[in-house]
Amino acid sequence: MSESTKDISLEKEFIDNFEALESRINGASALPVHKVRKEAISAFQKLGVPTSKNEEYKFTDLNKTLRKNFDFSSPAHPGNISSDLINNHFLPDMDTNKLVFINGIYSSELSTIVSPEDQLLVKDFSSASEENKEELQSYFAKYADYDSDAFVALNTAFAEHGSFIHIPDNKVVEKPIALYFFNDAQEEKSYNQPRNLFVAGKNSQASFIEVFNTIGDSASFTNIVTEIVVNENAHIDYYKIQNNRDSAFHVGTTQVWQARSSHFSAYTFTLNGAMIRNNLNIASDGEGCESHMYGLYLLHGKTHVDNHTVVDHIKPNSFSNELYKGIMEDQSHGVFNGKVYVRQAAQKTNAFQSNKNILLSDEATINSKPQLEIWADDVKCSHGCTTGQLDEEAMFYLQSRGISKERARVLLLYAFATDVLENVKLEPLKNYLENLISERLHKDF
Amino acid sequence: MLSIKNLHASIEGKEILKGINLEVKPGEVHAIMGPNGSGKSTLASVLAGREEYEVTAGEVDYLGQDLLDLAPEERAREGVFLAFQYPVEIPGVSTTNFLKTALNQVREHKGLEPLDAVSFLTMMKEKMKLVEIDQALLSRSLNEGFSGGEKKRNEIFQMAMLEPKLSILDETDSGLDIDALRIVANGVNKLKTKDNATIVVTHYQRLLDYIVPDYVHVLYKGKIVKSGSKELALELEEKGYDWIKEEADTTTA
Repeated sequence: MSESTKDISLEKEFIDNFEALESRINGASALPVHKVRKEAISAFQKLGVPTSKNEEYKFTDLNKTLRKNFDFSSPAHPGNISSDLINNHFLPDMDTNKLVFINGIYSSELSTIVSPEDQLLVKDFSSASEENKEELQSYFAKYADYDSDAFVALNTAFAEHGSFIHIPDNKVVEKPIALYFFNDAQEEKSYNQPRNLFVAGKNSQASFIEVFNTIGDSASFTNIVTEIVVNENAHIDYYKIQNNRDSAFHVGTTQVWQARSSHFSAYTFTLNGAMIRNNLNIASDGEGCESHMYGLYLLHGKTHVDNHTVVDHIKPNSFSNELYKGIMEDQSHGVFNGKVYVRQAAQKTNAFQSNKNILLSDEATINSKPQLEIWADDVKCSHGCTTGQLDEEAMFYLQSRGISKERARVLLLYAFATDVLENVKLEPLKNYLENLISERLHKDF
Repeated sequence: MLSIKNLHASIEGKEILKGINLEVKPGEVHAIMGPNGSGKSTLASVLAGREEYEVTAGEVDYLGQDLLDLAPEERAREGVFLAFQYPVEIPGVSTTNFLKTALNQVREHKGLEPLDAVSFLTMMKEKMKLVEIDQALLSRSLNEGFSGGEKKRNEIFQMAMLEPKLSILDETDSGLDIDALRIVANGVNKLKTKDNATIVVTHYQRLLDYIVPDYVHVLYKGKIVKSGSKELALELEEKGYDWIKEEADTTTA
């Protein structure tokens, strides 16, 4: 009984906040975006913040976690981080379009857009919702389903900040678009809900990188939604890099829609954080689509990482491939849940999925659930998952050639991770990740 | 070089080696033969330091050191090399990279500077010829997808690179066709010097046509029951193991 009263209070905090937002935005309440917000908050009211009783959040009880660690009764604060505190958090040796967000709010002073305007349109979400009404109306919240997921509903209801990025038809954006999200947890706990909408025109090409960091020792919570529209024959790569503090909580949904002949690849690297839930949902909604999902999670301490992925094959002749690998040490906890749907019309689909894990301690946990649901009869699909310790026989083989036990472990773990790493297309990013991972393996394992 | 005295070893509580005695001097080639399950591979594994085996009695002196006291990697650095019966496939680690790491750890142990890329490559090229191994194979993941013959050649190639003092070849010949066998044996012969020793563990006499042993020992029920010259191997080929078994069983009874 007391349990359910508390649940209501957590939801009430958000609903009170929504009322505060409504009175604050005042004049902007006539915007089409706001109509969606209202629908989303009522969807959230119905859904509630999921507990472990919810099948989709079975191993990741965010209700309990959020209640314990955060107070949502007052609106998210804007944050204030001096530039010298963030300077060493940028990806090294990379010439990128740099978009900086403090507590989810775009900072034009800290950001640098290097690509020409005819290649790349970057706007913060709030100005886009006034200046790009039409585009927002046709794309915003059309993909990420606020009726079925409470965090998407919350993010949609509070969608004020974040980005709108548009790449016109036939344009190749040569410089990667890097989005840096900094949480300001210097003075107090903070939370924010950034919202991104990336629209890639026909035949366009670009790489997106989302990087998450927290400045300060207090707890931080990010609930981010990124919708990506990949139009016909566009090629989009999307990287998500999570090497955050032990006090950083994160829920993120990346919702992708692919039109015919488009290519989309997602790379999710998770190295540190408190509790992380990543949803990656791809609708393969055209013939000849190609979708790749790569994930690598290297967990230690008490880090909890839950990767949920969905690829929905709607049309025939498409291809999807998924490879998620994890190394877990200490009391860390990994969750992998990968769904592949092949609808009846999606004949000649090729869909492959694989999840492999290494547990390095008795207290580390992995819950892996690969799922295939196929309604079409002429398809090629496979999935599999493995979990084990380091191969003792391989260890002995390396040692018997003079390699120390420690070095042999690192060598084997690194080889395990390379399988995912080698697919990273941006060379400097690959080097950066290789160094990061190799350093981690040498230090930890 | 190697002196094994009354060596007893067991795995999961089951005694496999029941008092092995063996002396190996520099420049010698010893063949260890015996029927299946006699403990040949166990002996090779114990000498290389495989952890599953528990040594319950006896001692092994290697160049004045207690070999059993050393970790597998320390044995390797001191010059002990085991050519595996079943070389392990390691995806994601190339032979080249692996050998470079191994070689440099061995060199570090000897107080030598690590080899630079050029010297390493030169050395590799030279040793590759010995076992007729292709460079393309070496840049691939270690043993992954290699044929049986390629795996065994890779073992001998590694042996050539690491230049061990004591090499133990564990059934290196099993599963090889005659051409592969010749290449492997030829490699081993070329690596032979007056300072290093080789222990060839095998079930078949065939290999000994190519690697000629100075001594042949027959292992049966965890003990060396007969030792002799290379003629003993020929006798075994001709008569099988039964007469040895009978002889041994009568003695113990």
